[in-house]
Amino acid sequence: MEQPAYQNPLRTGAMRPAELLPWLAAGSGFFLFPDYLQLGAQILIMVLFAMSLDMILGYAGIVSLGHAALFGTGAYTAGILSAHIGWSEPLSGLVIAGLVAGVVGLVCGAVILYTRGLTLLMLTLAVTILLQELANEQEHWTGGDDGLQGVVMQPLFGVFEFDLYGRTAYLYALAVLFVVFLAARAIVNSSFGQSLRGIRENERRMHAIGCPVYRQMLRAYTIAAVMAGVAGALLAQTTEFVALDVLSFERSGDVMIMLILGGTGRLYGAFIGAPLYMILQDQLAKLSPEYWLFGIGALLVATILYAPEGMLGLAERLRAWVRREDS
Amino acid sequence: MINSLVSIAFDGLAFAMVLFIISVGLSVTMGLMGFVNLAHGMFAMLGGYIAVSFIRELGVPFLLGAPLGCVAVALISVVLERTLYRRLYGGDELQQVLLTIGLVFMGIAVCTFLWGPLNVQLDVPSYLKGQVDLGFRRFPTYRTFIILVSFAVIIALWYGFERTLLGAKVRAAVDNQRMAETVGINIRRLFTLTFALGSALAALGGALGTEILGLTPTYALEYLVYFLIVVAVGGLGSLRGAFAASLILGVVDTAGKYYLPAFGAFFIFAVTIILLLWRPQGFYAR
Repeated sequence: MEQPAYQNPLRTGAMRPAELLPWLAAGSGFFLFPDYLQLGAQILIMVLFAMSLDMILGYAGIVSLGHAALFGTGAYTAGILSAHIGWSEPLSGLVIAGLVAGVVGLVCGAVILYTRGLTLLMLTLAVTILLQELANEQEHWTGGDDGLQGVVMQPLFGVFEFDLYGRTAYLYALAVLFVVFLAARAIVNSSFGQSLRGIRENERRMHAIGCPVYRQMLRAYTIAAVMAGVAGALLAQTTEFVALDVLSFERSGDVMIMLILGGTGRLYGAFIGAPLYMILQDQLAKLSPEYWLFGIGALLVATILYAPEGMLGLAERLRAWVRREDS
Repeated sequence: MINSLVSIAFDGLAFAMVLFIISVGLSVTMGLMGFVNLAHGMFAMLGGYIAVSFIRELGVPFLLGAPLGCVAVALISVVLERTLYRRLYGGDELQQVLLTIGLVFMGIAVCTFLWGPLNVQLDVPSYLKGQVDLGFRRFPTYRTFIILVSFAVIIALWYGFERTLLGAKVRAAVDNQRMAETVGINIRRLFTLTFALGSALAALGGALGTEILGLTPTYALEYLVYFLIVVAVGGLGSLRGAFAASLILGVVDTAGKYYLPAFGAFFIFAVTIILLLWRPQGFYAR
């Protein structure tokens, strides 16, 4: 086996040509599928959400079943800002929602990251369900089971109205995704990102070489929380509605499945998994919800058994195999 | 006031016993193999459905239907264990979580296809209907029956765990797997056996508990969280822990829903978080 050449992790400026592919696809999607831009915007939002999970799961190795807690916090923050406080400027709303989710992530993370394994899994799950029950109960603020209505968005930059076809929504989501992606890419390629990988691979050894494991994990968790909050806020703003299911256990599960299908620990996994999952869901659920559930279950089992690295891992293995055949 | 407290204690106890019977197998198998089996709730659900089918479609008597469901589920679980679970032993927990969630999705789809999306009722025979007089108060007969059966199961489990060779092997393997292997215990076979037993118990709880928990295809996900809480709060592989956690969970949940229904499941999750922060490894960590 050929060893990959050592790359200076701090030098992250240039993008490889292959890295442009998803962006080209997303950009051309705008012109190719003008009737599906609402769905497209939601896919982009889930890509962002899955990428945020990748930060903690793929890089730091924190298995969380409660990532929806942060997504929902962002969604409700953005929604309540507009519906109750009258703050309907989208960009500042997005920033505020990200910050609020970041604070929630910091506080939750500070507590749960003392635990590992099943306990951590259960704590993340319990926090999400607790928040969902709280949102359900605080009907005055959240609309409870009926969802939060009355979210209105001012035009983006005061110019671009959010239209029925989702043109503005799509481009808005794409632009935010791109900006957050650049930040995430710089973070995971920094020395901080390297130390996260170290923690994932062998936590004890990282302790032994003097890495502040807990602090690094908490940092990663908070960053991921901000990203998830931004994704949630995008959903609230582009659909001008917040449903209670933004905080559900199912959403935490969905996003994890998307990430696994695409492949963890490479940021781009989210770009494969989220569209695959959502397009399959859109098509199969039309036939019957049982088909969809059975299909996604079988796909998940097959992925774990035969392609544990996800679609991207499969592609890499395939490429390595083709190369070996050539030489 | 006293009356409602007694009702809550009684209903809470019945719920707790169903929780315990279902969760205890999960606790032991997770303690034994460290395998995060999210499909455990599905086994309980299947037990309920299969028992209902035996009783309704084939006219099997009630007291025979549930055991038949247990046997069927035990067989299904062994097949899954041999073909799928076994490949991920010692692997990372994320893969186990996802594999079993995939199985749950498939199970839900199959159950919806076979039994429909609506709630299926277990037909209780007439001698278990109505109320029974326990001297100071009357109680629903069926729930009294659940509690009595559960006590019998608990005594049998305790005996099997503490007084038989098999139980000694299981305890040894939970405590220290390598050491147990070194003294000649066949861990793999032991695990298959406990896995089948645990699934059968889940099926029993599923069949008995339909009156309390209902029976719809989403059961497998809906109650999974409860079973996991019992295991996490009680401590992996501990009978006593699972029992204590079931009691707390059953009573707190019943009381919360009785006094403050608007908060739904808020209380049990708040209690869970507090208990887990207090004892991250559970009550009786081994």
